[in-house]
Amino acid sequence: MHYISLAVETIFINNIVLAYFLGMCSFLACSKKVETSFGLGMAVICVLSLTVPFNWVIENYFLSEGALAWTGVPALASLDLSFLNLICFIAVIASTVQLVEMVLDKYFPRLYTSLGIFLPLITVNCAILGGSLFMVERTYTLAESAVYGFSSGFGFALAIVSLSAVRKKIRYSQIPAGLQGLGMTMILTGLMSMAFMCFAGIDL
Amino acid sequence: MAATKKIITDPLSDNNPITIQVLGICSALAVTVQMETAFVMACALTAVLTSSNLIISLLRNYIPSRIRMIVEVSVIASLVVIVDQVLRAFLFELSRQLSIFVGLIITNCIVMGRAEAFAIQNPPGKSLLDGLGNSLGYSVILLLVASGREILGAGTWYGMRVLPEAYMGNGLAVLAPGAFLILGIIIWVQRTVTNNFKDD
Repeated sequence: MHYISLAVETIFINNIVLAYFLGMCSFLACSKKVETSFGLGMAVICVLSLTVPFNWVIENYFLSEGALAWTGVPALASLDLSFLNLICFIAVIASTVQLVEMVLDKYFPRLYTSLGIFLPLITVNCAILGGSLFMVERTYTLAESAVYGFSSGFGFALAIVSLSAVRKKIRYSQIPAGLQGLGMTMILTGLMSMAFMCFAGIDL
Repeated sequence: MAATKKIITDPLSDNNPITIQVLGICSALAVTVQMETAFVMACALTAVLTSSNLIISLLRNYIPSRIRMIVEVSVIASLVVIVDQVLRAFLFELSRQLSIFVGLIITNCIVMGRAEAFAIQNPPGKSLLDGLGNSLGYSVILLLVASGREILGAGTWYGMRVLPEAYMGNGLAVLAPGAFLILGIIIWVQRTVTNNFKDD
């Protein structure tokens, strides 16, 4: 039950895009067509569900203070390497993306071609690194971080697919010249995030 | 000389990293609840962007083009670690408020984007100026959004009261939607004034 409420909270109330502004660049750039935004959403779900638990293991067994105690070497037991976590996380993310790319290419070639350029771009999507950093900051357990990773990916996918559906609808609307494109998308996102704020009243 | 000046002034308005190039929006929205956090974030990004542009430009002839992304990311990540540690040491309270957003400078598209688009093919001097110009352009927008949000949200500006005590503060400006709406309006005004209509 605890995990379900964590998932609902991450998807709707603390949506990673609409409440924490993570992954805005790809959110704005790839939301012109529903198909591409759906593909990107799927890729983000994949990568986030893998990297957050994996980075949890790295953080808790290698980097945080006293994490190396399992090696049994006294000199390592009191070591605090947590200042290295940014570099380690980004390396894990880059290699996971590469790995997901190779697996998809080998076993699911159709999905691979439909995702195309978005897969490698995910490495520099701040939603992915942000997910891992939030996991550290909120001191989740391994199971919680797995749920958190999946549901923040799901929240991203939900937000980007709905934004692209709205953008498709306004394609032929009369918008003031200066507001076209980015300006209008910003305001639409604002309205969407206002709508998502209504979920904040849910008592979990 | 004119070309050098253009490198600095262009990103301020005509080629602003946020409103025209659409880079680095995440942090521009997240840290702008107050002027203070926005200002520290702007300084942190300026430090990272100028030095990463300089370092990558110095290394540009030694980086094999196939692995240049990895080299760029590791240069940027090391610089961000330094900035993060400095903030934690001297401004602990603020660095807690900025929480993960200092770390997220690594994936800030401005830094990567400028390294890839400018520093990798230009001499160090020019790259330094380009980094400085783009961070100024970023800071201007960041401080504008933060001014709007702090004045509307709390009636203060950099902690000083500007609206009368009776002003209750608009909760919407402090929350996420306010950031999106204010940035949307800034983009609208800026593009209308400079007549720079770009369909993106």
